[in-house]
Amino acid sequence: MEKLRRTMLFMPGNNPGMLQDAAILGADSIILDLEDAVSLTEKDSARILVREAIKTIDYSQVEVVVRVNPLDTEFGPQDVDMIARVKPDTLLIPKANEEEIKLVDILLDKIEKEEGYPPGSIKIIALIETALGLENVYNVVQASTRTVGVLLGGEDLTADLGIERTKEGEEIFYARNKVATVCRALKVDAIDTPFTDINDYEGLEKDTAKAKGLGLTGKSAINPRQIETIHSVFAPTEDELKRALRILDAMEEAEKEGKGCCSLDGKMIDAPVINRAACTVDQGIRLGLISGEGGAR
Amino acid sequence: MKITKVAKAGTLESNDILIMVKPNELGKTELELESIVMQQFGEVIEQVILHKVQEMGIEGISIKAQDKGALDYTIAARVETAISRAI
Repeated sequence: MEKLRRTMLFMPGNNPGMLQDAAILGADSIILDLEDAVSLTEKDSARILVREAIKTIDYSQVEVVVRVNPLDTEFGPQDVDMIARVKPDTLLIPKANEEEIKLVDILLDKIEKEEGYPPGSIKIIALIETALGLENVYNVVQASTRTVGVLLGGEDLTADLGIERTKEGEEIFYARNKVATVCRALKVDAIDTPFTDINDYEGLEKDTAKAKGLGLTGKSAINPRQIETIHSVFAPTEDELKRALRILDAMEEAEKEGKGCCSLDGKMIDAPVINRAACTVDQGIRLGLISGEGGAR
Repeated sequence: MKITKVAKAGTLESNDILIMVKPNELGKTELELESIVMQQFGEVIEQVILHKVQEMGIEGISIKAQDKGALDYTIAARVETAISRAI
């Protein structure tokens, strides 16, 4: 069963205390950041610290993602070379475009071979934060079979577009739609941009619900206090789970009776409804809200 | 291998350690350690620092370490960074 990425929590890569606490904060994934959270003079220090942390700390079931520096800087290729050798789960590639993803894929092929890791075992998430990257997101994802998701970087994207970033987020409506649609088409995760006001929980809930409503499957976080709110939005409600299970049961009965379609509570159940119900049940199983047999826990 | 200049790495924040290194003219390895957990873990911290120096094949080095409760992985990382900056 695939791993959930409802929350991806950014942690500064040069802070030992945060690196060692990262596993217990409740996020599905942690992003150990070597890029924006680290000053230019400390890039070497953070890279070595993150390498040692991955080698030493038991992050258990939490996905360990490392955001490396852009590949067109002197730091990016050094980050990939040092970090990939201790086998993080995933690398997050900033300002991603097709060329960067292809280059990282080649570098990872070489490192996996040298270190004796299974080919393709280190995954990639593309950070889409430029207008060019957004318009090319389909090809960016297709550039490597390692790509398991796209993270939308709203701050840098709006800066690139020369527009204001607002709390309401209307300016990234198109970007969210585009990323969600492409990711659904290519069956990878679509992770939303972080909500930057860490004290506004109501705003965070609304922003997360908006992203979920457009088809994004998870959200990045910049503070551990945001995790619970995001998880509560992405978890299916009890009513949604019950209805989804009833739909699947009704369909099973119809199939037994040789019917092509059926109805439930006076409404016709067709393929899209069944697909949505199957997705809800799948998520319920992955979250441990229902058992694999479909029974409520 | 020898270091050629003075360098430092790390911070004085909680869970971190500040490492300063400089060439030792007598060719010796000298360590001066301060730690908030000196009584409990002083010897272990010294071992981690000296092991990393040896692992990197460095001779003739003076190290001053100010520890604020760093775990072994942080100590090793900061020593490696300081030495890399001093070569």
